[in-house]
Amino acid sequence: MGEMSAVGLMGGFWSNQPVRVALAVGGCAALVCAVVGLSTVMRRQAFAGHALSDVSGAGGSAAYLLSINPLFGFLGIAAAAAGLMEWAQVREARERDLLTGVVLGAGLGLAALLLYLDMTVRSVSGAAITVLFGSMFTIPTSIVPVALAVAVAALGASALIFRPLLVTTLSVDLARAQGVSVRTTGLIQALALALAVSLSAMTVGAILSTALLIGPAAAALQVARRPASALALAVLIGLAATWGGVALAYQSYYWTPGHGWPVSFFIVMLIICAYLAASAVASRRAGAPAAVPLSGCQDH
Amino acid sequence: MLHAWVVATLVAVTAGCVGFFVVARRAAFAAHALPLGAFPGAAAASLMGVNLFWGLAGFSALGVLVIGQLQRAGRREIASALWLSGALALGVLLLSLSGRYAQSVYGLLFGDLLGIDTTQMVVVAACSGLTVALVAWVARPLLLDSLSSELASAAGARAAALEFAFLGILALATAIAVPVVGALLVFSLMVGPSSAARAFTDRPWRALAIAVGMCLATVWSAIALAYLTNWPVGFFVGVLSALCYVVGRLRGGTAALAHVT
Repeated sequence: MGEMSAVGLMGGFWSNQPVRVALAVGGCAALVCAVVGLSTVMRRQAFAGHALSDVSGAGGSAAYLLSINPLFGFLGIAAAAAGLMEWAQVREARERDLLTGVVLGAGLGLAALLLYLDMTVRSVSGAAITVLFGSMFTIPTSIVPVALAVAVAALGASALIFRPLLVTTLSVDLARAQGVSVRTTGLIQALALALAVSLSAMTVGAILSTALLIGPAAAALQVARRPASALALAVLIGLAATWGGVALAYQSYYWTPGHGWPVSFFIVMLIICAYLAASAVASRRAGAPAAVPLSGCQDH
Repeated sequence: MLHAWVVATLVAVTAGCVGFFVVARRAAFAAHALPLGAFPGAAAASLMGVNLFWGLAGFSALGVLVIGQLQRAGRREIASALWLSGALALGVLLLSLSGRYAQSVYGLLFGDLLGIDTTQMVVVAACSGLTVALVAWVARPLLLDSLSSELASAAGARAAALEFAFLGILALATAIAVPVVGALLVFSLMVGPSSAARAFTDRPWRALAIAVGMCLATVWSAIALAYLTNWPVGFFVGVLSALCYVVGRLRGGTAALAHVT
């Protein structure tokens, strides 16, 4: 494909309404996920984050059934599940793992039922694909302001608890000594996680949104040495992967004529490439241990 | 319907046996990641028109290698989360290219009991027999290793080999269970009943028997309810497994359980 035609495609790219919506919603999702993902990875809540995003799929399916804005569906169930897990929180890591698994299983069962009802009652045959794997080019324009509002709320919540959360992550006792309410901090963090996950479920779909939540943050934590630079890097990786994925998917209509490749596929693959590149950089550095205290995501 | 019944019973027995060790070894995430990672295998099989089982078995085996490798490199949680996202994304691409989209995706993720034929039933029977035999073979060292890896290595067991054996068994169980209860719900059948079983006894082998019994009860009621209501079987499996866990929590409390596993 020559330079000229690529430029021509890009011209159509920017003036295309579904593409603009995809870029806007995807941008919000990438930004919020990078910020919230950092604390999720540092608090070793990757499995919980994954469970929440999978479970939010039930909400997305319910939204089709009730014909409401899918973002509200994702959000409602994700917030409910986050609240449930935070409320039933158990001390032991072992029990937490099991509880997460059980909530995940129940939520997925619910998603199975709702998707089935979508297909039979509403006869929306593509609901399973849209909810679970996302379809960015079919996001209605009306979602953009809602997505922006959700993004602002999530970023605000994260900024509010940034310091207490950082202290709590390092040491719960230290946080208590400084007068931090560990419980409230945990709840606000769970809420921010729910907001991030539902935005990302709109973008890459419920069962792939883990990639957007965990990937950029984990990659950034491998190479960055300070929280601020980790944050900047995570945002950069998330945005680049999301927008790059949209552009590649747009181009892919020309690879297999008349049939585009899924956007989610490109986004996830770009994120994984970024993670692998970050791993390579981290392992090449002789002083790799410098990044260890920040990342905190080693196997326990 | 008879096929479905027989296959689901075999799957339940296998899931109960394997689930006991999933809970004891805290491997819920691995039990979730392996079936999801096998998803592109099913997609590839449907693209090439071969038996679903071979695609699933192939990608489960690949999953064992990848997860085993990642565990050695540390950062298990992150890397397996990314790996399973990548595998799923690949599966979506394959399905999208094969043109068999919505219905087959739903069946693979949430299970499809009615799609089982006699050939599949024979394969499932053979494999679940093999899985249970393997579990019986490594059960003692595996349990010892789950309780205390120091004790196990003192007794001459090799931790790495045991972990590999465990993941292999998990993969085999995955390959037979995915077509029945679906890639997303296999692990809930393994985690829910087995974690509840710990509340009823503190003897490991009795807990294993109870886990198998609860799995059977879950699957049989799920099939019966699905038949009556015409709703998907995956819904009932997911909800009943969670119910098992709640019953266990109410019965036992968590502190008393800690020493069982």
